[in-house]
Amino acid sequence: MKPKLAIYWAASCGGCDIAILDIEDKILNVAEFFDLALWPCAADFKYKDVEAMPDKSITLTLFNGAIRNSENYELACLLREKSVVLCAFGSCAAEGCIPGLANFTTKEAICDYAYIQSPSTVNPEGIIPQPVTKVPEGEITIPVMWNTVRSLPQVVDVDYIVPGCPPQSDQIADVVLTVIDILKNGKPLPPKGTVLGATDKSCCDECTRERDVKKIKKFIRPFEIITDPDLCLMEQGIVCCGPATRAGCGAKCVSAGVPCRGCYGKPINIRDQGAKMVSAIASVIDSTDPEEIERIIATIPDPVGTFYRFSLPDSMLRRAQV
Amino acid sequence: MITVTIDGQKTEVEKETTILKAADKLGIKIPTLCYNELIEPYAACRLCIVEVIRGKRSRLVTACNYPLRQPVEVRTNSERVMKLRRMNLELLMARAPAAKIVRELAAEMGIEKTRFTIDNPEETCILCGLCVQVCENLVGTGAISFTDRGPDRKVATPYDVTSDACILCGACAHFCPTGHIQMTDIEERILHSELTLGPNTAISIPFRQAIPNAPRINPDYCIHMKTGGCEICSQVCPKECINYDDKDEFEEIEVSAVIVATGFQDFDPAPMKQFGYGKYANVLSAGEFEQMNNAASPTSGRIVLENGEEPRSIAILHCIGSRDDNYHKYCSRVCCMYALKFAHLVKEKTEAEVYQLYIDMRAFGKGYEEFYQRLLSEGVHVIRGKGAEIIPAPPDESSEGNLLVHCEDTLISKFREIPVDMVILCTALEARKDAPELARKLNISTGADGWYIEAHPKLAPVSTTTDGIYLAGACQGPKDIPDSVAQGAAAAGHVIKILNQGELLMDAAYAVIQEEYCSGCKMCNGLCPYTAISFDEEKKVSVINAALCKACGTCVAACPSGAIVARHFTDEQIYAQIEGILV
Repeated sequence: MKPKLAIYWAASCGGCDIAILDIEDKILNVAEFFDLALWPCAADFKYKDVEAMPDKSITLTLFNGAIRNSENYELACLLREKSVVLCAFGSCAAEGCIPGLANFTTKEAICDYAYIQSPSTVNPEGIIPQPVTKVPEGEITIPVMWNTVRSLPQVVDVDYIVPGCPPQSDQIADVVLTVIDILKNGKPLPPKGTVLGATDKSCCDECTRERDVKKIKKFIRPFEIITDPDLCLMEQGIVCCGPATRAGCGAKCVSAGVPCRGCYGKPINIRDQGAKMVSAIASVIDSTDPEEIERIIATIPDPVGTFYRFSLPDSMLRRAQV
Repeated sequence: MITVTIDGQKTEVEKETTILKAADKLGIKIPTLCYNELIEPYAACRLCIVEVIRGKRSRLVTACNYPLRQPVEVRTNSERVMKLRRMNLELLMARAPAAKIVRELAAEMGIEKTRFTIDNPEETCILCGLCVQVCENLVGTGAISFTDRGPDRKVATPYDVTSDACILCGACAHFCPTGHIQMTDIEERILHSELTLGPNTAISIPFRQAIPNAPRINPDYCIHMKTGGCEICSQVCPKECINYDDKDEFEEIEVSAVIVATGFQDFDPAPMKQFGYGKYANVLSAGEFEQMNNAASPTSGRIVLENGEEPRSIAILHCIGSRDDNYHKYCSRVCCMYALKFAHLVKEKTEAEVYQLYIDMRAFGKGYEEFYQRLLSEGVHVIRGKGAEIIPAPPDESSEGNLLVHCEDTLISKFREIPVDMVILCTALEARKDAPELARKLNISTGADGWYIEAHPKLAPVSTTTDGIYLAGACQGPKDIPDSVAQGAAAAGHVIKILNQGELLMDAAYAVIQEEYCSGCKMCNGLCPYTAISFDEEKKVSVINAALCKACGTCVAACPSGAIVARHFTDEQIYAQIEGILV
């Protein structure tokens, strides 16, 4: 009997699933080696079939998406029970990612905007979805939306983390082939908590741009200038989160002239990626005059979205007090 | 070389030597008025006339500009020469009867009065033109020249008006043989600029006890630097020391330790309009009064008013810029005592009354209180109350001063108006304007008042936060001489210790870059206040020099990848402490 593989999406965009498919011909190795136990994105499996499986019968689960509602949570608990190895796959599962930015507001405010306020909505009766709705045929339920988005490790025990939004396909291929190799040849697994598909250094390690001492007088958004292709973006005044982001992606964005947004998460020694980036940026602002410093800082629009874009639920802040 | 005979004495001189110089070599004095060795001889006064005899021929020539080319015999006092010289002197006496030197020379020749008509009995100019030559050829300005013709000929500026071409160098007056040109307006004048009481000379020893004790040229005043002319100093210097091309140079010196002893600067009281400093000539700063008392000052140490008269009364105002919320809140520490010294000097040198206007009398040092008591017994008036305002006294013959000092005498609760001739402002000691710049270079800190900060106010008052850099004297805060000397000696002691030890003890807490986590983003490069961080181009990682690191933590906070760890202050330790507090 082949080992079983489950790939699940919780609160995610589907990009992680596409990234898995993007490993090209190596997907055949996966199909050859594993039996699929669950992959809602690719095939029609029923939750009750998974529930019926004995515990620890799934060898590997790649869990992408954040924990946003009761369904996400139930499946996280279920897959934890049924899996030998549970892997937080992608930034949403690992640290909360874009869905996690919802933690700056409340569930009520989000529903209000999504179902009533947004310009594209036509909802004259002001109906907001409810967990339980009574209809003539009886009660129908939908999952309960949580007020706070959580990362997978915050709700269940996680064995490994594959970072990225989404994880780079070559890294996924490497991870999958390594896992197959380990299982085939009975090799010991890497220690629990290991971050797979990434290195211990920061994105700068993979970036080929020339770097020097940074002194920033004004922050510039990428659309405002044509960047020097060879010079560190930070030195050109563009906020690049590369220094406080784990390497592994191959610095693809940066080599294309787009600043690193930080999707590979915090480096190994960092607890809070956003706070670290703020601390680093603050130290290279080139002024000692408090008023001028205020002016320079004001040139960073949306600091939270810039520095905590991927990591808010996993950060020391976790969410805003509303 | 040629052999000449002067008044029967033989001597060998170089060809082209003038008779005047040859005679001088033999110790034979030929009278002259217009000759100066710095100026091309012009032979205007004709007093140096001598007789040159070659074979049977005899000629009368002027000694100053007659070059010797052949062996000749010269007579400086033959009958023929003396007759003509007397005649010349009589003519000069008629021209410039008031010129003292002409009368003296005439008297030496036995001439009492001239037989020629005297046009102007007050005249002193002999029209020798030395001044014109000096101005034109030495100074290079050409501000004066001969004007008019015949009997009206004279030396003057163009159109006889004050001329901007004149740079007030005074060279013409200095060279004038008869004292016709005088610089009376400039002498004895008290000027406030740069703490000097009088005009600055272009070449001088910068200050007494300067090291090296050698003169230097002030390019702001040097005529040569302005006009390219002059060069008198180089012509008179027997050792050829003068170098006009010398420029400021930067030298790099490797040292093991640095003692910062840059001192203080004097508070400028001009912004305190109520005291009229810079407006009233007899309102002096303490530094200026001190200079005036120097025996080498333009007043030769005499205490005088701007008009040269002795003051009848002097007010000494304490705490100008010190203990003042608008300027410096601190006490400048030294002013009370030097103010008392000033009072003593005034009492010693003049008959003037002295008023001390103080907030608190701080006679804190050894022997200081005794000195204060002595001053009281000398009749110095002490008024507890800060001087409020200085205004000119209304013109009144009976007034005892030209200025009025307003103050409140807080001991008798009365406002007072004190007439004085001179006011001395005891200005605050303040940190030098350029102190922050040097602080940046040395990686030391300045406090809110600008003084350099010591490593610890009680336990390390001489050290700084940067190893090997020590403070001495008033750069660290207002200090009197004994305190400065003590701190200087302490700093020297520290330095000697370092030099002899050959090694440095360092703190166990310092920051380390963990190579395996450093991505070489260079975020930390340039942040270190102790320049401990450098970049290893080979490994592409940043490196901290542990010997320079002071564990300030700046780079630790900045390191975006968490590669820098502060030993003994790691994140784990700090989080554990926070958790310990919170639990």
